[in-house]
Amino acid sequence: MTTTFGVLRFPGSNCDDDALRAVDVVLAPAGSRGRIIWHKDRSLGDVDAIILPGGFSYGDYLRGGAIAAHSPIMDAVAEFAAGGGPVLGICNGFQILCERGLLPGALIRNESLRFECRDTHVVTSGRQTPFTRGIAAGAVLRMSIAHAEGRYVHPDPEALWRAGQVVFRYATPAGEVSADANPNGSVLGIAGICNEAGNVVGLMPHPERACEAVLGGGGQDGRAIFESALAGGGAA
Amino acid sequence: MATGKLEITAEVASEHGLTRDEYSQVERALGRTPTLCEVGMIGVMWSEHCSYKSSRPHLKTLPTRGDKVIQGPGENAGAVDIGDGQAAVFKMESHNHPSFIEPYQGAATGVGGICRDVFTMGARPVALANALRFGALTHPKTPHLLRGVVAGIAGYGNAFGVPNVTGDVHFSRCYDQNILVNALCVGIAPTDKIFRGTASGVGNPVMYVGAKTGRDGIHGATMASAEFGEGAEQNRPAVQVGDPFMEKLLLEACLELMQSDALVGIQDMGAAGLTSSSVEMAARAGSGIEMDLERVPQREADMSAYELLLSESQERMLMVVERGREHEARAIFDKWDLDAEVVGRVTDTGRVVMRMQGELVADLPAELLAEGITYERRTARPAYIDAARVENPAPSAAGDAPRPDEALVSLLGAPNVTSKAWVYHQYDHNVRTSTVLRPGQADAGLVRVIAPSGREKGLGVALGGQSRLVYLDPYEGSARAVAEAYANLAAIGAEPLAVTDCLNFGNPENPEIMWQLAESVRGLGDACRALGTPVVSGNVSLYNETDGVAIYPTPMVGMVGLVADLRRHAGSALPEAGLEIAAVGELGGSLAGSEYQSLYLGRACGAIAPFAGARDKAVMDAVRTLVAEGLVEVAHDVTEGGLAVAVAECAVSGGAPGGVSIDLPETEMSDEALLFGEAPARFIVAYPPKARDAVAARAKALGAPITPLGQCGGDRLRVAIAGDQRRGFDVPVDEAREAFFSGLRDVTA
Repeated sequence: MTTTFGVLRFPGSNCDDDALRAVDVVLAPAGSRGRIIWHKDRSLGDVDAIILPGGFSYGDYLRGGAIAAHSPIMDAVAEFAAGGGPVLGICNGFQILCERGLLPGALIRNESLRFECRDTHVVTSGRQTPFTRGIAAGAVLRMSIAHAEGRYVHPDPEALWRAGQVVFRYATPAGEVSADANPNGSVLGIAGICNEAGNVVGLMPHPERACEAVLGGGGQDGRAIFESALAGGGAA
Repeated sequence: MATGKLEITAEVASEHGLTRDEYSQVERALGRTPTLCEVGMIGVMWSEHCSYKSSRPHLKTLPTRGDKVIQGPGENAGAVDIGDGQAAVFKMESHNHPSFIEPYQGAATGVGGICRDVFTMGARPVALANALRFGALTHPKTPHLLRGVVAGIAGYGNAFGVPNVTGDVHFSRCYDQNILVNALCVGIAPTDKIFRGTASGVGNPVMYVGAKTGRDGIHGATMASAEFGEGAEQNRPAVQVGDPFMEKLLLEACLELMQSDALVGIQDMGAAGLTSSSVEMAARAGSGIEMDLERVPQREADMSAYELLLSESQERMLMVVERGREHEARAIFDKWDLDAEVVGRVTDTGRVVMRMQGELVADLPAELLAEGITYERRTARPAYIDAARVENPAPSAAGDAPRPDEALVSLLGAPNVTSKAWVYHQYDHNVRTSTVLRPGQADAGLVRVIAPSGREKGLGVALGGQSRLVYLDPYEGSARAVAEAYANLAAIGAEPLAVTDCLNFGNPENPEIMWQLAESVRGLGDACRALGTPVVSGNVSLYNETDGVAIYPTPMVGMVGLVADLRRHAGSALPEAGLEIAAVGELGGSLAGSEYQSLYLGRACGAIAPFAGARDKAVMDAVRTLVAEGLVEVAHDVTEGGLAVAVAECAVSGGAPGGVSIDLPETEMSDEALLFGEAPARFIVAYPPKARDAVAARAKALGAPITPLGQCGGDRLRVAIAGDQRRGFDVPVDEAREAFFSGLRDVTA
């Protein structure tokens, strides 16, 4: 049984091919498939899950994700999400989901005011989503970040936490959430969240960059996020 | 013919960078007075930046051919065969002058320009590298320039989406008023789909694609061909503004069009914009081009023909497509929301003819512009060379030698040695999920290349160049730059293939500068021949001087190499414990031009260690073989700071730093030279104890001296000489690590 991911391509996406490789090549043996969906299309076609990849859609002009949120394809994405379809936004994709209102809060300039590319660790809250079904509460994943606007802000982060919408938080390798482990100043160290229903997930770290052992010692912790969304995957 | 309102005189020509003599040549060649547009076009095309008029006689001596060379110098970029029907397309280019004037945009557009050079050839860019030279860390301008340049490279490269995999950042007083920003891009293309900048096929349409033309960057090439005086910052309007988003669209659209056979030729509009692209395309094909300038997409109202011809607006391409297939190109550019307009046609007249609203504004022979002029400039050996060479290079000769432990810690924190993590963490080095060795992990960058068959191989990218050495001995110092890049590739296990270079020098009209340039090119050429790595691309940046004070001569070498089996590569970080350490190559080196000398003597003097040709090549090749055969797990080239610093770097740079225990044998040289001396073809390697005999035997069989030194483990860096700990050092690894990672803290906080 296969699961097909649709990977959106906006003008300026630059992790689209990377996400496609993760779901269409690296995880192919596990029954994963992927295909690119052009932003000017109005239909998603026959897909089981959607990935909004990283990059600089529309150059991040205005604000990261602000223009892509109004691309023609986004109506179909909103409809898919409303119907409970699994949607994952990575980095710029997370920004687009926030700008579109499919996820709460916003991502602003890093506290350092610099672009930061480095390995981070995130601890999983245990919230069940299509992308965390296979990951135990408290599990620590190592994934790299690469962003200038990844500082998550929310008017009432505690309420978000109580609602169980915090999915990943920056942590030490041992899983301890701390200021030192927080690379961008995100409130509560938030690295990833979901909508109330849990089917739409956004995160700043790049799981697609942590799928193959050969790549710069980046590890393979990112696989679990995609594997969770595979038919019959994860929950086992 | 329209000459505009301005009367064209030698004075007008002089404002366009043409000397009185050059202007006379123009008048003779044309047999008439040129128009203002023509003077502008000739001025940029005959500028040093575009014409290589001072360097060309010397550049001709460089080796440019080899079994693997698909494209040598003269095109947008060079190309070498990496097997499986794939080519590595690469070039390094300087953006020095604009980066000093406006560091963010200067550096950003440098990255944009070099990426365009590569994808113009049909190659998808897969890796970036850059060599940066700034003034002394203590100079008031340096922090601002450093921050701006790094942010500019990051701002462009990250958005464009190419990993920045390696780099080289140095600081020296000689760059206080003239920084260097040399950017390298490498891409991968199918060998049977490499595109060139030729305008062939009479009647074929010439299309303009990409960003609209504005008034930015007019005379950028002319600015880059003059030295700075007071108030250079006033040139800011001559610096272009970059738009990486536009370039990303241009990349995707161009690569999509290249899948069809509708495209005949394509050329980036870089320096001198529409002028140079049309001239070069016509000259390469031996054809001509006619253009109607009013058809050029324009960003601003009322642009004149002169401005359109000389604008250096970024993210633009000129292409020639098969007649009747313009619509195919247009459809693709429409998809990406890019302008694509037919602006002219290919002719067989050998002339570049420009019209504006039907009015002829320029009619010049393409050859006259493309060939430009050449100077056999006078050279004179500078007096300082011989005076400096006979000086004793050892700081101890001028006073007490510093204690080795203090020297080690100071060197680890010295600007040229200290970790550049602050820099490379601002560059996306993982985008494209292909980066195998990241910055800070190894001597060179390594990216995965997947063959059409699915086989995975690696492409290594390395840099080399130390201007103190070149200053002391332009010939040997330049050869050392090639050897350093070669050694960096050897250390990661990559077989070096070919070279790109940026030659950064002062004013070539000064015979002493010209001598440095000539000697440097001779050294580069000899080393490239000895190492079997031809030069396939590059550029020359002259007039890097301010108020008559030139930079140290700075040839920067970029080299690419191949890792046949991607699993077999090595980084430079030692694990906490468990490996034995050896030195491959001779021990020690010369203090002349060394980092140690710079730190403790404050100037460069003495005779530098020469590149030993075949002997050094054997050592470097042996290291590559040890890595490629999986015998050694760690390899690191010994450079600034010598053996002692190299060992310490291996120990402190990993994720889990540990100590080392090393005992160096007695040698004929001083302890200073043994610990901190520098010379080519020296490496630190590490391997599990069980591999000890196999490593030693293999190294010897390959003609490389190997000296077992000790092992890693513990929490101190201990180095003794002939068993005597007092002649070496014993430093806590935490202290060394702190020094190594804090050298830039003051300027980057």
